Amino acid sequence: MKKELNSATKSIIATLLGLLAGAILMISIGSNPFEGFSYLFKGGLMNIERIGNSIATATTLILTGLSVAFAFKTGLFNIGVSGQMIIGGLCATIIGLKVDMARPLLLFVMLLVAILGGAIWGIIPGLLKAKFNVHEVVSTIMMNWIALWVTYYTVQTFLKDVQETQSADLQIYAQLKVPWLTELFNGSSINLGIFIALLAVIFVKIILDKTTLGFELKAVGFNKEAARCNGIAVNRNVILSMMIAGALAGLAGLTFYTGFAKNIQIGILPSQGFDGIAVALLGVTSPFGVLIASLFFGVLHTGKGFMSAMTDIPPQIADTIIAIIIYFTATSLLIQRVWTKILRKRDNKKTEEGGKN
Amino acid sequence: MKENYIVEMLNIRKEFPGVVANDDITIQLKQGEILALLGENGAGKSTLMSILFGLFHLDKGIIKVKGKEVRISDPNDANNLGIGMVHQHFQLVHNFTVTENIILGMEGSKVLKIKEASKKIKQISTQYGLDIDPDKKIEDISVGMQQRVEILKMLYRNAEVLIFDEPTAVLTPQEIIDLIQIMRNLIAEGKSIILITHKLKEIKAVADRCTVIRRGKVIGTVNVKETSEAKMAEMMVGREVTFTVDKEASNPGKVILEIKNLSVLNTQKTLGLKDFSLAVRAGEIVGLAGVDGNGQTELVEAITGLRKVESGSILLNDKDLSHVSIRERHESGLSHIPEDRHKHGLVLEFTIAENMVLKEFYHAPFSKNGFLNPEEIKKHADKIISLFDVRSGKGNATLAKNLSGGNQQKAIVGREVSSNPEFLIAVQPTRGLDVGAIEYIHKRLIEQRDSGKAVLLVSLELDEILDLSDRIAVINHGELIDLVEAGETNENEVGLMMAGIKRGEGQ
Repeated sequence: MKKELNSATKSIIATLLGLLAGAILMISIGSNPFEGFSYLFKGGLMNIERIGNSIATATTLILTGLSVAFAFKTGLFNIGVSGQMIIGGLCATIIGLKVDMARPLLLFVMLLVAILGGAIWGIIPGLLKAKFNVHEVVSTIMMNWIALWVTYYTVQTFLKDVQETQSADLQIYAQLKVPWLTELFNGSSINLGIFIALLAVIFVKIILDKTTLGFELKAVGFNKEAARCNGIAVNRNVILSMMIAGALAGLAGLTFYTGFAKNIQIGILPSQGFDGIAVALLGVTSPFGVLIASLFFGVLHTGKGFMSAMTDIPPQIADTIIAIIIYFTATSLLIQRVWTKILRKRDNKKTEEGGKN
Repeated sequence: MKENYIVEMLNIRKEFPGVVANDDITIQLKQGEILALLGENGAGKSTLMSILFGLFHLDKGIIKVKGKEVRISDPNDANNLGIGMVHQHFQLVHNFTVTENIILGMEGSKVLKIKEASKKIKQISTQYGLDIDPDKKIEDISVGMQQRVEILKMLYRNAEVLIFDEPTAVLTPQEIIDLIQIMRNLIAEGKSIILITHKLKEIKAVADRCTVIRRGKVIGTVNVKETSEAKMAEMMVGREVTFTVDKEASNPGKVILEIKNLSVLNTQKTLGLKDFSLAVRAGEIVGLAGVDGNGQTELVEAITGLRKVESGSILLNDKDLSHVSIRERHESGLSHIPEDRHKHGLVLEFTIAENMVLKEFYHAPFSKNGFLNPEEIKKHADKIISLFDVRSGKGNATLAKNLSGGNQQKAIVGREVSSNPEFLIAVQPTRGLDVGAIEYIHKRLIEQRDSGKAVLLVSLELDEILDLSDRIAVINHGELIDLVEAGETNENEVGLMMAGIKRGEGQ
């Protein structure tokens, strides 16, 4: 029997415990958990349109999850994904609303400015950390609020249409939704963003595993002192890591505000930024892990409405399940400890039986 | 069986996946003796003691305390049986006082009786000559004192048997002498001690008997008085060990490293190194002797680029390195075996292969256009592994953290030497290693010298300096006291210089 659970197993155990807790909650409000779960998953998967919506929801999560996971590899905790995301989305929306060009070119420029916006929002905490040793958790949280109010001001001043609380709708040609994809998935919100997300997964995987850049980033993340002592420029890597993490978050903003939605609402920090932390944790900060965790969360988010419509179970149960999964993932140490205890009990039993023989 | 054994571990077997850590081991501790447990790193000493202390569970075997068979399933059981352990890494809360730390976990009633506890602690402290102030905070006392607090913690819990796990690894020579006295006091008061160590000198100094373990098996138990150090070393390593290092006379060439009037700030922002000058020539080993904290760290970090230079210069082959990046220093021919292999030497979560290219991954053949070349990286690691006898479970794919200390150090030495440096700075290169590994590392350093490299050896072990160096520089309070030919000096003289007394003075 293995002594150390590997991290993927821990994630799966956390997920099962989350689902189990959800079942207990369902029972406690007098509902049938089998029915509840079957509608929850049906809601996310039962037809091509719902699958499309699950993927569309997952798209943004993949990118925010990658952003968190990437920074984490360098030992940085990027809580500023929401802010980087909203700035990326804002930059793309400005171009989408104000600039007139051929569609492929327009989308490409939107992609570039989203990357740029997110990267700038990420590089600032990186610089603060490198130059003044300001903790990135503090600075990224503050950058979130700056992003929120910059967006508030910009949308209200330059981008609003009829409604006070949101930007004007993007023209259909300035959105990531394309007819063939929408039709393929029966009118769901799936959009080109999923290809961006999948490319990003591969991109991050290659950077981390195959390149000298990834080697340096990981060395800094695991042991800053040893990296420095062996000639790796630690500060440069901190800045680079935050920049790339910001760029990934900027892309998440692009897929959310110009793909899933078609305008920016003001005064709301996108919750996907924080879900990114959960996805990164559950996906054990590996690119493919993030992909799988995001798809799973996408299904839960899409299915919860259907579940509450078909049963008496409120959609918040799905959110609770997600929250509990996050809780168990974050406390994977606890799972390891329980596992060790189980092993030990078996061990003892064996010794006792052995003693009798 | 007339002997009065207080603890007996009989025919103990413990397996971990793939390894038999303890194979049919029997040790017996007499009432009132110090039994040394001697073995190389990874021989199974710690596993055995962890079983006795209830941290691991045995697969087979019997533990007896005072002749009665017992089951020890966790450290509480061990405590109740009067067995206490002084861990290598102290388990103390730093911002608590000594008293608070000692009563931690056994406060008893809801109301803390600090005064009473403090009184009892003072009394125990006097009884055993521990000299502890119970009201001081842990963070304000020295490492040696912290260790005494650990000892006192055991005594406070009425421990009869004390296990010391490599207790001298963290102590200065003076503190070691004190500790040996404390152990004698403990015995005089009727306690019994198991001493885990691989330092023969200490065993000779304090232990009554010594059980030698090699690769999970007991090689034998000897009376320390009747057995020579060489004999015990041979039992431990499995072959004859040479204590003296064989080396030819040095044949120094031109100056490779030249330090001129170097001044460096210490962590307290005062000058830790003052106007220091030293030259190291090709084909010689210069040893830097000194008591810990006299400017060695500042000198080493200034040379390697970890610390800023205030004034003066560091020339390597006439190129001034004093203000260039660490990487540029490596590229100019500097190699560094760092003092703390976990903090500075290795990325423990990386594989051996990755660690072996930590300095060189960015250039050919290990990478091209920013992409790593895993084949070349593994080949490079395999070369070092076979040349430097790095033993590991999964070859180049083994995580560095899964190597024993000796093998980690061999790997680092291999890496630093394989880049074919002009100048090698080795800082405490054998700290915490067992005899076999020390012998090996020493040979390799001599080999570097003989192949025409300039070597600067910084060590707190005076024996090591005297054995290896061709010239000895002595540092005190950040200043160079003297530079002498190794052949023309002796331990006594260097010791005096370490205390700041120049040759010819004070006699």
